[in-house]
Amino acid sequence: MTQPVLSVRGLTVDLPKNGDRPHAVSGISFDIHPNEIVCVVGESGSGKSVTAFTAMGLLPKALKPSGGQMLFEGQDLLKMSRREHTRLRGKRMAMVFQEPMTALNPCFTVGDQIEEIFKAHTRLARSERKARTMALLEEVRLPDPPRVYSSFPHQLSGGQRQRIVIAIALAMDPTLLIADEPTTALDVTTQAQILSMFKTLKSSHSAGILFVTHDFDVVAEIADRVVVMQKGLVVEQGTADEVLNDPQHPYTRQLIAAVPRKREDAPEPLSDEVALRVQGLKKTYHVAGTLTRKARTVHALHPTDFTVRKGETLGIVGESGSGKTTLVRCLIRLLDPDDGAIWIGSRNFAQGSRASLRAARKDIQIVFQDPYGSLNPRRSIGEQLIGAPMNFGVSRSVAWGRAKRLMKIVRLEEEALYRYPSQFSGGQRQRICIARALMVEPKILIADEAVSALDVSVQKEVLLLLADIKRNMGLTILFITHDLRVAAQICDNLIVMSKGRIVERGTVAEVFGNPQQPYTRQLLSAMPGRKWEAPDVA
Amino acid sequence: MNGPELIVPKARRKGFAARAFANPAFVCGAVTLGLIFAMAVFAPLIAPYDPLAQDMTNRTASPFWLAGADWAHPFGTDGLGRDYLSRIIYGARISLLIGIFTVITSGIIGTVMGVVAGYFGGKVDLVINFLIMTRLTLPVIMVALAVVAIFGGSLTVVVLVLGLLLWDRFAVVIRSAVMQIRNQEYIQAAQSMGYSTPKLLFRELLPNIFDRFAVIATFEMAHAILLEASLSFLGLGVQPPTPSWGLMVAEGRQYLLFDSWLILIPGAAICVLVLAINMMGDALRDVLAPENRN
Repeated sequence: MTQPVLSVRGLTVDLPKNGDRPHAVSGISFDIHPNEIVCVVGESGSGKSVTAFTAMGLLPKALKPSGGQMLFEGQDLLKMSRREHTRLRGKRMAMVFQEPMTALNPCFTVGDQIEEIFKAHTRLARSERKARTMALLEEVRLPDPPRVYSSFPHQLSGGQRQRIVIAIALAMDPTLLIADEPTTALDVTTQAQILSMFKTLKSSHSAGILFVTHDFDVVAEIADRVVVMQKGLVVEQGTADEVLNDPQHPYTRQLIAAVPRKREDAPEPLSDEVALRVQGLKKTYHVAGTLTRKARTVHALHPTDFTVRKGETLGIVGESGSGKTTLVRCLIRLLDPDDGAIWIGSRNFAQGSRASLRAARKDIQIVFQDPYGSLNPRRSIGEQLIGAPMNFGVSRSVAWGRAKRLMKIVRLEEEALYRYPSQFSGGQRQRICIARALMVEPKILIADEAVSALDVSVQKEVLLLLADIKRNMGLTILFITHDLRVAAQICDNLIVMSKGRIVERGTVAEVFGNPQQPYTRQLLSAMPGRKWEAPDVA
Repeated sequence: MNGPELIVPKARRKGFAARAFANPAFVCGAVTLGLIFAMAVFAPLIAPYDPLAQDMTNRTASPFWLAGADWAHPFGTDGLGRDYLSRIIYGARISLLIGIFTVITSGIIGTVMGVVAGYFGGKVDLVINFLIMTRLTLPVIMVALAVVAIFGGSLTVVVLVLGLLLWDRFAVVIRSAVMQIRNQEYIQAAQSMGYSTPKLLFRELLPNIFDRFAVIATFEMAHAILLEASLSFLGLGVQPPTPSWGLMVAEGRQYLLFDSWLILIPGAAICVLVLAINMMGDALRDVLAPENRN
């Protein structure tokens, strides 16, 4: 076998003294060979990003490598001076970041930012620099390179920006490419394109790629070798085939078991009672004109109809810009729809001013995506829980009793009611949000990307919890998500949205087994890891 | 996994008091301010003489650190033979009174404007923004001059003028803070849970801007005290014979060359008070910053 590009031997990085563990990573070892994609997998806090940042010499000052070696082309990166390390960065090793929205400087054109690399590392003439930049833009398959060359980052989409970040990384033909969750912030179809690009790059540049991710389906899609990390330790490593299909370590098995999958069991029959009927719901935004730009009208939601029966879980799936968020905001009247009706029982929720709707709000509640932003940091959990029922005239003691019962249902201790949000983890907060939404005993619960920000194992628990609650309380759930796998696991029926319209609807089996619309087919074929059937390790 | 899940016992978050008293700047500021406050409240008990009693036979007596001084008047006497220490002690009352009342008045005006503009946005925001802009174009001293020329100078007029003028920073800072918080999901969650608007503002929003309010309040208090001193110095503020530190500096001006302590002592008093308040405000900002909370 060839010499490894990067060889990590017993790397230990210390955390500051008051951290929750002494080392961010401790004694980890693995190799990356040329022409190879090594996926480092783990949940948040596992130390996977710290490993990537150590290799790039970009660790925050509070973190210090204290032991081991990191051999890059035979030189130990940990012993190198900052200046030497800087010379390697961008030239011999390069990095692609998670968030394409902030990885580019908004003040400079894309062309300037790519040429910057050539200025820093070569003495090419201006015309040559431009030629190489154009070639790079071609290579990452951006449409119309001359236009992109003179564009500013905000004029491009997320996927296009991530391609530019990759182009910058590839500029000097590095032997080591580090990608830290490069597709996490992207839509599934864009993700599929970027992943296939990484596969091509590995052979066309014969580079070693360190790919950090939390998603086992992405791993199945591109990895040659897999390193599984937990709490700063490597718990398992091997070829993709070994780790994915025959996991040895209990933690790996747990992670693989938590990967959301389509349920095989037949869905329970639904009652005929209709819980929610949406008729011709429509929303248009008007963007006021400025001196240089004409006023525009954006159809965020074309007239939309659907019904949800009592006890049903309806999944609403779509990529960013599909109008699913607008739909949700209209349903709970955080936005006022232009037209249409929302029938909950015999009441039209789309009519009347927002003030007159206050009494009806107890029928429909929502759990938001971000577990950190959706709880008030300054009020105790208990106060936040009893607030809503007290708005609807429930006495304090009754509300408090209900809060205690719900804490049990979402599997937290009663003690949690007296604490503040900052004392809980993301998963715990999301349970608290679910409990808060259930405090008013709603008929309909909207989960707006409610598990998207959570680690897979936590995600699985929250999904199970939602399914349990639905069964026991006879709740109707609208489950909004961009993730088809999650939708398939929890939903009875699916609606696929694109550009403000419903393009496909049906049961999970129908949508997955026999999609009618090209858009749905495209979405399904973009799902990573389709060829991998997760082994039954639970 | 059916039983209740144990909450991982984390180190309990330090309370505000514990964090504040671990901060040396906060302790320094708070102790100094506390002393001055006690001095103002108990002035009749501490002051050795009546601050208004004149003694023409004992004019401009030297303070204790100069030759020829006696300890009957530790800070000496002023041009009318009044005991300087007693006047400094009573003067603290004026400064603190001005500081506190100005902050209460302007704090309420500014916060209401900021919250209303930030939360409701749109046309309301335009109007309030216009008011803030208008206020920012008015120099405080000039307005005070005009008002005093019309109504005559007195403590009430000074408190009113400052209170009605110093709300701009409250309004600007709180408006932008509210605009940020308004879009947080917990505010939207509260809307969908049927909170009425006043309840939402008081329960969900205001507690989250308190830290910013506290910081501006301290700075504005120091600002108001300095302005009172300047106004009194110009003869537009508190009127003699009321003992005010700014007025004492003004009255000491004619003795600047030979009896300079008459300016130094009240000047130092203003300096110490403003420094203490600013130190506290600075420290409050650090203590209340969310990243220092765990």
